[in-house]
Amino acid sequence: MSSVTQPSSTGAPLPPERLKHMYRQMRRIRCFEEAVDRLFQQGLIWGTFHLYIGQEASAVGAIEALRSDDYITSTHRGHGHCIAKGASIPLMMAELRGKETGYCRGRGGSMHIADLDTGNLGANGIVGGGVPIATGAALAIKKRGWDRVVMCFFGDGAMQQGAFHEAVNFASVFRLPVVFLCENNQYAMSMPAEKGLGSTDVVARAAAYGLPGVSVDGNDVLAVYEAAREAVARARAGRGPTLLETRTYRLRGHSKSDANRYRTREEIERWRRRCPIMRFERWLAERGVMTPDDFEAVKAEVLEEVQAAIAFAESEPDPDVGQLAEGVYA
Amino acid sequence: MGIGSAQPAGIAGATAAAAGTRDGVRELTYSQAIREALAEELRRDESVFLMGEDIGVYGGAFGVTLDLVHEFGPDKVIDTPLSEAAIVGAATGAAMLGMRPVAEVQFSDFLTIAADQLVNQAAKMRYMFGGKAKVPLVVRTPLGSGTGAAAQHSQSLETWFMHIPGLKVVVPATPYDAKGLLKSAIRDDNPVVFFEHKLLYRTKGHVPAGDYTVPIGQAAVRREGADVTVIATSIMVPRSLAAADTLAAEGIDVEVIDLRSLRPLDTETIVSSVCKTGRVVVVHEANRFGGFGGEIAATIAESEAFDFLDAPILRLGGKDVPIPYNPELERAAVPQEADIVAACRRLMRESRRSGVTV
Repeated sequence: MSSVTQPSSTGAPLPPERLKHMYRQMRRIRCFEEAVDRLFQQGLIWGTFHLYIGQEASAVGAIEALRSDDYITSTHRGHGHCIAKGASIPLMMAELRGKETGYCRGRGGSMHIADLDTGNLGANGIVGGGVPIATGAALAIKKRGWDRVVMCFFGDGAMQQGAFHEAVNFASVFRLPVVFLCENNQYAMSMPAEKGLGSTDVVARAAAYGLPGVSVDGNDVLAVYEAAREAVARARAGRGPTLLETRTYRLRGHSKSDANRYRTREEIERWRRRCPIMRFERWLAERGVMTPDDFEAVKAEVLEEVQAAIAFAESEPDPDVGQLAEGVYA
Repeated sequence: MGIGSAQPAGIAGATAAAAGTRDGVRELTYSQAIREALAEELRRDESVFLMGEDIGVYGGAFGVTLDLVHEFGPDKVIDTPLSEAAIVGAATGAAMLGMRPVAEVQFSDFLTIAADQLVNQAAKMRYMFGGKAKVPLVVRTPLGSGTGAAAQHSQSLETWFMHIPGLKVVVPATPYDAKGLLKSAIRDDNPVVFFEHKLLYRTKGHVPAGDYTVPIGQAAVRREGADVTVIATSIMVPRSLAAADTLAAEGIDVEVIDLRSLRPLDTETIVSSVCKTGRVVVVHEANRFGGFGGEIAATIAESEAFDFLDAPILRLGGKDVPIPYNPELERAAVPQEADIVAACRRLMRESRRSGVTV
């Protein structure tokens, strides 16, 4: 049932405004992540975070296929999903700075940003932990009789977890409106997918659950969009889940502690040349949708947006220690 | 209960018909009381649904949900795959979207399989998302030994879960409380772990027809007494009451407190009772080592009740062994009525309170 598609050539054409929007979203994510890295180097961000740099096409392509009232569950590497689903960059930045006005009042940090108003049911510090939650959200949708869909993001590492199997089987049994999207970035921390998975053909597993499985080039935003569009339509029509794989690569380390000892500079360089944003720029320029000047303008605008977010976060208040115990119970 | 014995007729009345009366008082078993609470909540609130392994036609491993599927249908009483992490995780996700799932985990030992979803996800979501998410989830699960099910089907793991901020933990001992606390749990906007004792399922007691709730976090004084406070939960409540009867014949006046909830814990009732009696035995089936008895003993020691203590605080709990199969061994592994009697006698003997004779 699995197939490798190249939908950028076969998919329905997207209007230029949406293509430009997708490009901007990818740039916003890249710019945000570079700023986070910088702020960490400056000692302004504490704790840990996992940068999405190099994987932008996956979040943007997949979420472009959703409606605003659809849901996502995200991962520890969640900033990209969060931004693509419509979160406020200033509130994300405030959270990363641990501020009271951040998304989680400074209680969650990078790994726990959720934005229920935009349908983001949360990043997750537990690999695979969001897969059962996405399944449950889809169960609620079905019970409510809504026509919404849940897009469940996880990585190749999550496919090594038991919760993945339980939740995907469960969702298949009840034909729930959920799309399981494996962002295969080749490494579970330092463990290469070919060593951590019995078979690197991850979508072959779909057949075992009675689901369609589709694998796409995760650095091709239009290929991701097209595959996600089909899977979302299928879920929305009540025909059940799909297992999607976006084959991609994280260009930065797993987290701040990563010295990249387990992969070569050459490998990283090879993937840098496949940068999803640069590829999309070439595609947009070749078709005359955007010009190099347009790209520069977008880059300048998103930089300004991110810098404003940094300034906002800087000026926001820290949490009051006296309110430490607030919010444990409803 | 096989598929062929499925009985679709008159289910709404089934629980009512099963109710007996004693001296004109309506009685149900603990199991029927839970079923009645589930049925009433399913009728009351569209967002309530049940899910778990074999809870439909089979009626659940202990028959608690028997026949509910016939009244409410398979969309409200969902037989799930054999997947505890998915059951509790899916319940969590559904609760985030405003449903009120009641998940059954067939044996509380299997909570370990679902622990990530309960401990790392459901319990923490509200706090780590800055107070925005609500997770109105109930996990019902049977605990305890006494059925010969041995080490992997007989544990009492309630202490594990009371350790986790964000969870509520309820351990009813009577049919009345089972119904009233389960209703409170279903209406609560937080994840609640609801521990049922297998040996209590067939015990009978007064259960009013219709709607009532018992608040979570409020202990009950089951018997008033002046000499020793026995603090118990679940199956240890009837054992403590029986022990109190025995001790009464010896002139020892025992007060029995049924905690009913472990989180939130009703510290006030504990402390005021100990201030009155000056002697306390905490008894639970969970392993004594690291069990919640230690928490209660420490709570007493840190409170004003410390000054009223006339004897050391005693803890009775499960022995430091996995629950064994052989019935003699199994009984010896957890506190029995005789152990509670002996503990109270010892406290009276060792008491430094002047003028007290045993």
